[in-house]
Amino acid sequence: MHIEKGEFVGIIGHNGSGKSTLSKLLNAIIFPTQGDVMVSGLNTKDHENLWTIRQTAGMVFQNPDNQLVATIVEEDVAFGPENLGVPPQEIRERVDRALAVVEMQAYAHQKPHQLSGGQKQRIAIAGILAMEPECIIFDEPTAMLDPSGRREVMETIRRLNRDKDMTVIHITHFMEEIVAADRIIVLDKGKVVMEGEPRMIFRQVKRLKEIGLDVPQMTELAYELRSEGLKIDDDVLSIEEMVNALCQ
Amino acid sequence: MSVEIKNLSHTYSEGSPFEFKALKDVNITIEDGSFIGIIGHTGSGKSTLIQHLNGLLTPTSGSVLVDGKDIFDAKKAELIALRHHIGLVFQYPEHQLFEETVQKDVAFGPKNQGLSEEEIDQRVKQSIKMVGLDFDAIKDKSPFELSGGQMRRVAIAGVLAMEPSVLILDEPTAGLDPRGREEILAQIKSLHSQKKITVILVSHSMEDIGKMVEKILVMNEGEVVFFDTPNRVFTEISTLESIGLAVPEVTYLMRRLKEKYPEIREDIFTVEAAKKEILKVIRG
Amino acid sequence: MLKDVTIGQYYPTGSVIHKLDPRTKILFTTAFVVMLFFLNNLWGYLATFLILATITLLSRIPVGYIIRGIKGLVLIIMLTVVLNLFMTPGTAVATLGPLTVTLEGLKVATYMALRLIFLVVGTSIMTLTTSPIDLTDGMEWCMRFIPFIRRYAHELAMMMSIALRFIPTLMEETERIMKAQKARGANFETGNIISRAKNLTPILIPLFISAFRRADELATAMEARCYRGGENRTRMKQLIFEFRDSASLVLMVMMIVGLYLTTMIQIPLVFPI
Repeated sequence: MHIEKGEFVGIIGHNGSGKSTLSKLLNAIIFPTQGDVMVSGLNTKDHENLWTIRQTAGMVFQNPDNQLVATIVEEDVAFGPENLGVPPQEIRERVDRALAVVEMQAYAHQKPHQLSGGQKQRIAIAGILAMEPECIIFDEPTAMLDPSGRREVMETIRRLNRDKDMTVIHITHFMEEIVAADRIIVLDKGKVVMEGEPRMIFRQVKRLKEIGLDVPQMTELAYELRSEGLKIDDDVLSIEEMVNALCQ
Repeated sequence: MSVEIKNLSHTYSEGSPFEFKALKDVNITIEDGSFIGIIGHTGSGKSTLIQHLNGLLTPTSGSVLVDGKDIFDAKKAELIALRHHIGLVFQYPEHQLFEETVQKDVAFGPKNQGLSEEEIDQRVKQSIKMVGLDFDAIKDKSPFELSGGQMRRVAIAGVLAMEPSVLILDEPTAGLDPRGREEILAQIKSLHSQKKITVILVSHSMEDIGKMVEKILVMNEGEVVFFDTPNRVFTEISTLESIGLAVPEVTYLMRRLKEKYPEIREDIFTVEAAKKEILKVIRG
Repeated sequence: MLKDVTIGQYYPTGSVIHKLDPRTKILFTTAFVVMLFFLNNLWGYLATFLILATITLLSRIPVGYIIRGIKGLVLIIMLTVVLNLFMTPGTAVATLGPLTVTLEGLKVATYMALRLIFLVVGTSIMTLTTSPIDLTDGMEWCMRFIPFIRRYAHELAMMMSIALRFIPTLMEETERIMKAQKARGANFETGNIISRAKNLTPILIPLFISAFRRADELATAMEARCYRGGENRTRMKQLIFEFRDSASLVLMVMMIVGLYLTTMIQIPLVFPI
């Protein structure tokens, strides 16, 4: 498996398929029993590289509560750079910049527990950004959020990828979040079973359902209509495409 | 069991600077045996509302009538007895598991009801089966060695074992993978149809709610916006969007298709129904 | 009930006292607490009262808020007063059945009560005027000068700050679990002390499990953010000792010396002994 700089890769698979293990391997939280993980050319097994790798490949976790360390938002964002030994003045600048990117400047002096789930997750993202990584791994960051929180977080992630050229690895159970990804990797029982553009992946409705996954509603509808004999492409992903397909 | 909510209001921390009106004059009647869905974004008052139904919260004003009886007029012992009839499954219910074995944990509720040993055993067995788990394989396991999805089902079984006449579930599928979500929803549906109990499902997913319920209660800022059938609620796209909610994708699709096929129905919210309608219109 | 405890809470008003360096406040509070135990007459307590009153006014924290903090300790204060009142031998002034109130007892009881109240008020003012994060930073700095503890200064400060961060989260969690168990028919409201204590198991076990899970996840998240202890770590906010800190340190020394001098006063106040 290879992930390019600036790419947006979606990873799906049911619980226990190995998604979280994979993400922790990328961030050198755990180490391979066999094989190698190379981050920007550095092997995660090499102990000397540990901190460089963790700084290069940042990680955002599922539970927004359990990854915020400090009692004040801006102090939490500063936690990463403080660990890296960045000089105080520069930390200040990084924190302000990171909070601006996730649009949370107004909350800099709030306490984390007063924020909504989506806001907490954006603070967690800012905390990673302040370490100036090249890649961020998102391990189901939206699983515990309500729809508006999910929307906030997804917008932030997409913006990072598009405007800041950040490499994004997004693990999720919500298929609509990765419809616009560059590539999707499907895991099952610890193995990569499918890999390719979203269109290529989602058209295999039957196979995805077999391994316990979903497809976007429009793709499913297209699949159903096709099986009823309607002439329609099987790689429809959005409402727009469906309207075009049906109104020819 | 029917539940009638009359002029219900609830204010948190009344009189303090943190005063917050979570419910404002809510009036609804939930018929015996019905299947209700509740939607609204975080802070809309959904959780506050369901906690009144089994007396965990006391109203600031107004009342809740269960089978015509005001539950807040009752004595404490009666209130506790009433909780047995109204089962409430909280969000992430697996966080309440505490016993050494699955069997003991599921038995906690019935034990509190003061039932006989045989009755408890029988109920435990039955409710574990009802949530789709193998009783013999699982009964002596520690709940903490199960998978996330299994833990959640054991927790739901713990409430079912009390044999409630009204079952309230607060986002029972949160954090599960697609298959886990589907399984839990299918079990809830069969519970409703087989046991004829009243089910109240709180969910963020319009798709799930649309597929399952008979009536939807839409809440916003502590007030009832709609309380009607899915067909009616989902055609109110602009009102729903103005309170930060959306309708299922297929509903948006049907609306777009109407430009080309004016005869197409708009009150459609499942892939299955959309398929039928599109085929009908296109094939004529 | 828990909301009434004001020790450890932060009440921002932006006053001069709030702006002081946390180290100044920690030093003063420590010196003040030690001094409290040297006072031996009411002149000293009167002076203490005046000092505390001035600081309270300067801090712009409502007096009622501070008094509420004492309310939580009424029971302990009462107990101390009663014990001292009856247990101190000396000249009897009144009898209540088998119990005798002595003049000495009256004096010791008054001193003890005042000492406890001033102790609580003094430390509350420190926590009320210092944000938890400043307080931790200040403590970390101060601990560097204590042998034995020096090596763990960073770890202790980090633990304190994490505890502060998670207290509200765990309180909410407790409430949620309690409600969930009530919904399963658990009864926490009736029964005797023993059965009530036993009934807490369904709350405590899930709470512990959740706390461990959180600790585990937090540790992973901290490691992923390159946390590796206090070595080579920098801080965004540096503690800066300003002119007002030096000025207040001078004032502080004067006050402490003043308090010490009160112990020399021979003229009795209220108590003839």
